[in-house]
Amino acid sequence: MNVIEFNHVSKSFHRSAGQLLLRQYVADLFGGEEKNPFFALKDVNFHIGDGECVGVIGANGAGKSTLLSLITGLAPPSKGTVVVNGRVAALLELGAGFHQDLTGRENVILNASLLGFSRKQAYQLYDSIVDFSEMKEFLEEPLRTYSSGMKLRLGFSVAVNMDPDILIIDEVLAVGDQGFQNKCIEKIYEIKKRGKTILCVSHSGLTIQQLCDRALWLDHGKLMLDGPSAQVVSAYEGR
Amino acid sequence: MWNGDYFFLLQQMVVKDFKIRYRNMSLGVFWSLLNPLILMGVMTFVFTVLNPNNTIEHFPLFVLCGLVPYNFFSVSWNNGTISISNNAGLIKRVPVPREVVPIATVLSTCIHLLIQIALLLVMAIAFGRGINWHWLWLPLVWALAVIFVCGIVLITSALDVYIRDVRYVVESVVTVMFWAIPIFYYPSPAIAARFSYVFDYNPITALVFALRLILIEGQSPPLSLLAKFALSSCGMFVLGWFVFRRLKSRFFDYL
Repeated sequence: MNVIEFNHVSKSFHRSAGQLLLRQYVADLFGGEEKNPFFALKDVNFHIGDGECVGVIGANGAGKSTLLSLITGLAPPSKGTVVVNGRVAALLELGAGFHQDLTGRENVILNASLLGFSRKQAYQLYDSIVDFSEMKEFLEEPLRTYSSGMKLRLGFSVAVNMDPDILIIDEVLAVGDQGFQNKCIEKIYEIKKRGKTILCVSHSGLTIQQLCDRALWLDHGKLMLDGPSAQVVSAYEGR
Repeated sequence: MWNGDYFFLLQQMVVKDFKIRYRNMSLGVFWSLLNPLILMGVMTFVFTVLNPNNTIEHFPLFVLCGLVPYNFFSVSWNNGTISISNNAGLIKRVPVPREVVPIATVLSTCIHLLIQIALLLVMAIAFGRGINWHWLWLPLVWALAVIFVCGIVLITSALDVYIRDVRYVVESVVTVMFWAIPIFYYPSPAIAARFSYVFDYNPITALVFALRLILIEGQSPPLSLLAKFALSSCGMFVLGWFVFRRLKSRFFDYL
């Protein structure tokens, strides 16, 4: 069964020079085709099966984040169809909705509700989230006193504990210290072993090769290559 | 895409808004009481001392019945309108149901509102207008006003994502409303009839009239008033819901 399907997907954005004006919106509404849109993704076509672990590699601006926002359902595609079956946990959401003035504990519960936990799940999983983050003693302090590494720990701990069907990892592992990084990678392997689908986004070939069996190479919105990760990474690095 | 616990999410968002507003305030919710009390004092001074040929009885209570609804309306509409643009980080990263953001903003204002309603009821008793059966209408008229504000906020918050001028339009309309809603005056029957379109279908005006009847006159609001009130509130909510659903899919592109 396919967990993620991209059928000839394109995603374009306006070139608006940063302006959001009435006349542009009206032109957009009635003007039909835009003359010169920017294509973040252009005719991308791939399927990911259940339990696959796939890397997405590409330079900055290649369309990796746009791809993820289409998978998580944040944005609709401009053309083509995107099909996703299952509950997605995207680690690009790390700490989304965290608020500086709330304590660590309040932020964990708030973040859990944003990611779709029920009240029961949130309070049940609270202890394992805290244990994983190893930050028990700071949880009653407001978030503004945390370092960025500590925030990452907290966000990651909530996201991996939601038992997703599809886990999306977006360059986030770079922030934690070595010990926590290893712990995260172990956790990701454990999720992989349970037969969950993993999508790992990076511009580092090493991470992709370590973690994934298959890789997609994006360049300027186009899918250049789709195949075994070693082959794709060497093609990407030798470009 | 997002199939979490709608109610839990809404509750968390409301509590968050309320907490962050007061966490660093030494006087906390006291501010919710102070603002209407100051305006009530100023208006009473202006309209009874500086301008003594005023015939309205229980003037402070009369003004407060206008100020509390107006305050709720202006704060929740202004804050609600900018709620989506202000939470761009959230909207662009988490697939939460979008309508939760403006509605949670309105509902968190309702927590202040409860404090101000308590003040209003205490003042009604203090002015010797005792508790009576007609108070049972209060939950209904307030609920209708909240439904109305949720509806209008759904529309303006979605529009504000596309055209950022909307927030200033809203600000100006709120200022005009201070005069269009009979906060410190009572429209004479002739005037009220002439400008009936201004008064009849404006739910906040309906709320002010209903509150005065219930709290000062000790009467039930007439059914004709309640019917128009319910119609325009629910109509606004349904309209807001559809406009929002239509506009929300492209929030990501415009934020």
